[in-house]
Amino acid sequence: MSETPNLPWQRLHPLSPVIQLGRSAVAVLFVLAIPYISNGGRQHSGDYFDVVIIALAAVGGLISWLVTRWCVEGGTLRVETGLIRRRHTQVPLSRIQSVDVVRPALARIFGLAEVRVRTGVARDGDARLAYVAEERAETIRANLLAWSHGVTIEEAESLEQPLAAVRNRRLLLAVWLQGVVPFEILLAVGFLVAAFLVPTPGGRSSLLGTAAVWIVLLVVAVGNRLNSQLAYEVAEAPDGLRIRGGLIGTVVETLPKERIQALRQIEPLWWRPFGWVRVDADVAGGQRRKGEDRGMSGQMRILLPVATRKEAALFLAEVARGALPPNGRPPSRAHIKTLLSYHFLAVGLTPGWGAACTGRLRRTTTWVALNKVQSVRWSQGPVQRRLKLATLHLDVAGRRVGVSLKDRDSLEAHQMGEQLTALCRDARQLDRITAKGGPWSAADRDHQMSTAAALGSRCPQDQSDASQGPTVPPG
Amino acid sequence: METDPIPGKQLPAPPPSSDPSTSEAPFFDLAGWQAISPSLGRIRQIEVGGASVGLLLIGAVAGLVTGVALISVVTAVVAIGGWSSGSLYISRRVRSWGYLARDQDLLVRRGVMFRRLSVVPYGRMQTVDVTAGPLERAFRLATIRLHTASASSDARIPGLARLEAAALRDRLADLGEAHAEGL
Repeated sequence: MSETPNLPWQRLHPLSPVIQLGRSAVAVLFVLAIPYISNGGRQHSGDYFDVVIIALAAVGGLISWLVTRWCVEGGTLRVETGLIRRRHTQVPLSRIQSVDVVRPALARIFGLAEVRVRTGVARDGDARLAYVAEERAETIRANLLAWSHGVTIEEAESLEQPLAAVRNRRLLLAVWLQGVVPFEILLAVGFLVAAFLVPTPGGRSSLLGTAAVWIVLLVVAVGNRLNSQLAYEVAEAPDGLRIRGGLIGTVVETLPKERIQALRQIEPLWWRPFGWVRVDADVAGGQRRKGEDRGMSGQMRILLPVATRKEAALFLAEVARGALPPNGRPPSRAHIKTLLSYHFLAVGLTPGWGAACTGRLRRTTTWVALNKVQSVRWSQGPVQRRLKLATLHLDVAGRRVGVSLKDRDSLEAHQMGEQLTALCRDARQLDRITAKGGPWSAADRDHQMSTAAALGSRCPQDQSDASQGPTVPPG
Repeated sequence: METDPIPGKQLPAPPPSSDPSTSEAPFFDLAGWQAISPSLGRIRQIEVGGASVGLLLIGAVAGLVTGVALISVVTAVVAIGGWSSGSLYISRRVRSWGYLARDQDLLVRRGVMFRRLSVVPYGRMQTVDVTAGPLERAFRLATIRLHTASASSDARIPGLARLEAAALRDRLADLGEAHAEGL
């Protein structure tokens, strides 16, 4: 380590309380301004009351600023805050999982940003430096990351490699074709057309009003999504995937790869003519945090808002080696049972990943990291039994069901179940040996494979095997 | 695998070809499947019987109050039909339950119409519950439930003799500790 991790005690930016109060401050100012406006700007008797409120807020803000300070010493980040209830947060630099720079819209106006240091443990385990000047925030982030990895800042910066960026022009079209938005547009157009067809002026104006409200809501909803996904970039960093995005409020977020349980690629129906897909990640313990941007929160995190199939495949190859498109088709007799989804059904087993493709109108491909699989379930309904088919489920942590390998030959499903339990066991063992989060980089995998060979355990199947589906002995 | 230390009756050898898929279902052919207590069948009989008697009474009362005898007759037919078909089905359902403790994981199977089989690695177990409702207590039975981090793992074994359940719980807890892993 070239620099000793040391920063003296210091305060946050003096304007922080203003942003902390944020919208409420704006609202208060607005309320205070009403008497002036209604009185035509003249003074009135309630004047002192306003001054008192403003003074109180100012003093409160000043105190909260004065009592908050932070430093780095002895390999620990310390944050102290609170006047009556003092709160000390200590984060050992080695425990830092990620450092995010968050810029809410209001902070951006003042050129400030929040540094959020994540430890990945408890909900209150995060240290927040809200707010510091923007360029300072970047320096702090770089420093903390470098120190936590024990490298110099230049090394830490060079370790970050861009993986994918979303083209804004494509996104601008794609957001209008996602989910129910096309139907909502149709509805809005319907309202407008109806308004011009209705002969009575009263009916026309009410229909126009409804249409206007509808369109405003629609634009706001789409605008929100756009706001979080414009200028979207994903980069590979030593501590995980670094996701940057946002137009007005910018977020830099780091997703540790070992927290990814599953990956999902969705091809919405309306995107099909363009060949676009979306890539999500299922993150363990990824409860939505307060103040987190909407597009990046929830348990399914968006990794790539919109990309062509080819881009997505390249991206997946970088992010999750071995997560190849599944191509083991179910037996043709399954066609009778799965009339509407047979065209998409497929499964695949590759080193480190179990994959399945499902969907009726929108093709959804899901990969689970085998080292994250909690249990394997086999099930067979009456129709499946008649057709000698069975379904295999791979469960991962959380409420969502993991991957369902649907409607396979029942014998194959049994053998695959046995094979998968063994593969998952090996993956977990390797996890413990390498203390690593899974089938991630090529080097890791080679290492794991060799470890697997050394262990004398079953070696995961090759992709060449998976190309004709998991092994099915004849008869 | 070696002899199982858990007291319990062995599940009879795979039934003769009444079930076409059994022969080609290697999981079900494994040796050492443990059956659950047939007393669970009695509990289920009591439950179904109680429900049927309740339905009969409701039908009778409704028939008396409205004066339409047809109501009573229809409910009686439904109740008795349900009772008889249910009690025939119960014994098959109870017999379908089984568990198998292997070196690394626990297998649980169940179901007649919808057949299910769960493979839960010991390392993934987070908690093991033993519960017993009033009826189960009356028959000295208990239900074991395995929890993993996944909500859908769904591994429970009802109708275990109380001692057997306690022994299995302790053994599972030990195995879980030995194989403990994170998420």
